[in-house]
Amino acid sequence: MHIPDGFMNAGVSAAAGVVSAGGIGYSLVKAKETLSEKLAPMAGLVAAFIFAVQMLNFPVAAGTSGHLLGGCLAAILVGPYAGAVAVAVVLVVQALLFADGGVTALGLNVLNMALITSFGGYAIFRLIRGVLPANRGSVVAASGIAAVLSVVLAALGFVVEYAIGGNGGASITTVAAAMLGTHVLIGIGEGIITALTIGVVLGVRPDLVYGAQDLLPTLQLRDPSIVAGRP
Amino acid sequence: MAAKRTTTWAVVVGGLLVALGLAFFVSRFASSSPDGLNKVAIDQGFDDTQTNHPTADGPFAGYGVKGVDDQGLSTGLAGIVGVAVTFGVGLLLFAFVGRRKAASGEGEAAAATASSGSAP
Repeated sequence: MHIPDGFMNAGVSAAAGVVSAGGIGYSLVKAKETLSEKLAPMAGLVAAFIFAVQMLNFPVAAGTSGHLLGGCLAAILVGPYAGAVAVAVVLVVQALLFADGGVTALGLNVLNMALITSFGGYAIFRLIRGVLPANRGSVVAASGIAAVLSVVLAALGFVVEYAIGGNGGASITTVAAAMLGTHVLIGIGEGIITALTIGVVLGVRPDLVYGAQDLLPTLQLRDPSIVAGRP
Repeated sequence: MAAKRTTTWAVVVGGLLVALGLAFFVSRFASSSPDGLNKVAIDQGFDDTQTNHPTADGPFAGYGVKGVDDQGLSTGLAGIVGVAVTFGVGLLLFAFVGRRKAASGEGEAAAATASSGSAP
């Protein structure tokens, strides 16, 4: 879903740049509060893993492909703040090193693929978890469904931006219908990859899944004398 | 309990190996069809508004390594570069974040977690 330079006019590109710079700056500050020591290398891994999986375009319809966006996955693994920053790192590297996604469009791409997917996806994930039983199966299911919807939200982001400042004069209603239809299909791929990845990490180290930390024992006493001393 | 706990670094190294494997070996099998947005742009006739990318002549532009003729190898090597750079940038950024957090006191954080037992 990388927007190249030229699709959007300078005004909407610059506005998105300001919003994204502010959003990522704020996320970096907030990540300090939510990111524990052990999650720091995890956040680096999340960026690298998302880069790798984003290379793997899968076919979704005749002559159309899609790839993981990763924001929802990142948010569930390391929290929405660190997750948004990790995806932004991927997008900046892609734009500068691999000429994927425009440079003036970087703000638009960070807004759609890092901020909207991480925060929107994580909010949906929490909502779904709220109505499901508190167990690992629910975490996997919620992550898959939230990931599908996060891609649809990102596509909606593009539609709104195109309505405000898109070039080329395409009809906004047909663009909206085409974008949403295609990205529901791409979202299914996103949901499968996200649920699989969360399932694997839950199996190896459930405490490394930020969105599942409420499933862990809240307090672990290692010194039996503390227990003995209690009335 | 949890006698054989996988260390965080083991998870990170294992995850990186998976990422490198995907980027090097699997990337060559990726679909070359336009992605969802590009397809919509083509169908709706606004793909020609795209302008030249400022780094289009870079050594890794378009997920390939300039001068490597074998398409699959070129893509795979570009993938390894990308995994290494994103991990490096991410780690440096978050290591910096982690260090500043560590200075704010571990005891407080532990006490807060114990008393609230809060969900994220």
